[in-house]
Amino acid sequence: MTKIVYVATDGSRTEVEARDGDSVMRTALANDVEGIVGECGGSMMCATCHVIVDEAWAEKVGPRSDGEEDLLDGAATEPRPTSRLSCQITVRPELDGLVVHLPEAQM
Amino acid sequence: MQNQRIVIVGAGHAAVQLVASLRQEGHAGEILLVGDEPGLPYQRPPLSKGFMKDGDADRLALRPASFYEKNAITRLDGVRVTAVDRAERVLTTADGERIGYDQLVLATGARNVRPPIEGADHASVVELRTLAHAEDIRKRLARARRAIVVGGGFIGLEFAAMAEAAGVATVVLEAGARLMARAVSPAISERFLSLHRAAGTTIRLDAAAARIEAPGGGAPDRVTLADGEVLEGDVVLVATGVRPNVELAQAAGLAVDNGIVVDGQLATADPAISAIGDCASVPGPLGTHMRLESVQAATDQARHLARRLQHGASEAFEAVPWFWSDQGDAKLQIAGLTTAADAWQPVGEDVVIGLRSGRLISVETINQPGPHMAARKLLAAAEPVSAAELAAADWDLRALAKERQGAAGPARPEAARTAP
Repeated sequence: MTKIVYVATDGSRTEVEARDGDSVMRTALANDVEGIVGECGGSMMCATCHVIVDEAWAEKVGPRSDGEEDLLDGAATEPRPTSRLSCQITVRPELDGLVVHLPEAQM
Repeated sequence: MQNQRIVIVGAGHAAVQLVASLRQEGHAGEILLVGDEPGLPYQRPPLSKGFMKDGDADRLALRPASFYEKNAITRLDGVRVTAVDRAERVLTTADGERIGYDQLVLATGARNVRPPIEGADHASVVELRTLAHAEDIRKRLARARRAIVVGGGFIGLEFAAMAEAAGVATVVLEAGARLMARAVSPAISERFLSLHRAAGTTIRLDAAAARIEAPGGGAPDRVTLADGEVLEGDVVLVATGVRPNVELAQAAGLAVDNGIVVDGQLATADPAISAIGDCASVPGPLGTHMRLESVQAATDQARHLARRLQHGASEAFEAVPWFWSDQGDAKLQIAGLTTAADAWQPVGEDVVIGLRSGRLISVETINQPGPHMAARKLLAAAEPVSAAELAAADWDLRALAKERQGAAGPARPEAARTAP
């Protein structure tokens, strides 16, 4: 199990135990974390699972995948340098303790 | 409406979004989710896409079991509702159980059409709508060498792409002159025709199936075309569209016209009954009622209805429709209403802009998420986008969306208006 921390815009933190292999988006839905929608189910068709990866974790999480850039560009909240679609971040042991910040809006 | 008991019939995308949104909006009363399929509510789009590849049913669940527990949602699965007594506000189930409601939401979805083809209802012929169907098809495909698909729409073509990629020689029979004719522009039909043919799939247009035979005993299934030609396959999938599940509403005396008729508040004529998702016929942007078979329509309607049930009526439901279809390596995305367009402007090979009376009404894109997202923003804007404006921007949707955003000032237009 890998710990993932979601930080809402008001600063409140939700810590959840994630299943390795799941995406950070599915983990949020599975744990009822408000602020992540994941409308297309992780098919890279919308941008409603936008997260801003905490600077300290950005390098470990890695760069955006193909096409992610374009979707983030159309996200409801202006993307920041470490913005990612959380459906494209796969939970793995080295991400234990990962902190992601939720944007103001997803739609 | 704080402590009302809300009963939802159906457990698809619309229903599950509704229960989640009702709790988020602060509904404290009882919520019952009544579905006729077994198990946890699941996502349907992957059934004809990723699920065919990996067969992982666990990943399909819309929400885990803990979600329903935590949110105090009473989930009744495998339960079919057979009647609505509007006077008593009570449902009857197939087992004779009675379920009372204060507010009833019909999210009964749609079911596959069985076309008037002799033998189309044979037990050996497969269809695809439910997880059970998809599991059956996966088993059949594992042993199949040849597949025949009756119907060149989204489901048939998504299936064909998966089957062909899995090494099953696939023939798609489309009775009409082009693929996905009900939902996409001619240019996109043409493009997908080439993509599927390049992938090895045989696509036959103007090819109406007349008869399907399944002799069994190891013999292949046979599809006879209207001109007498006979094709053989190990799997025959009939995918010729859906029709809304309206029987419950109809029997209860509610208006039905290609779907359960609702107003802009998603309410039927009975103030205690609403309808959302594939089964609902909703006032559309063209001033007519329409039914949209998509995840987006289901979930946007669910969110709108949750707000109304919790806080009372507000502005009428309105949302930019969008849709996607994965066919092989091609991701088709549609924003707006392609079928309402009276002119099309292709931009390169992978973007088709639809216009109605000289205004932007739809955008179809293939593997172009940037223009798709820009199209959704432009279609949602209060000020319609004219063909002249598009032409001035050289039909570059992203540039135009950025330009308009820039012109509106900072991201929040209301802030811009109050600024000195």
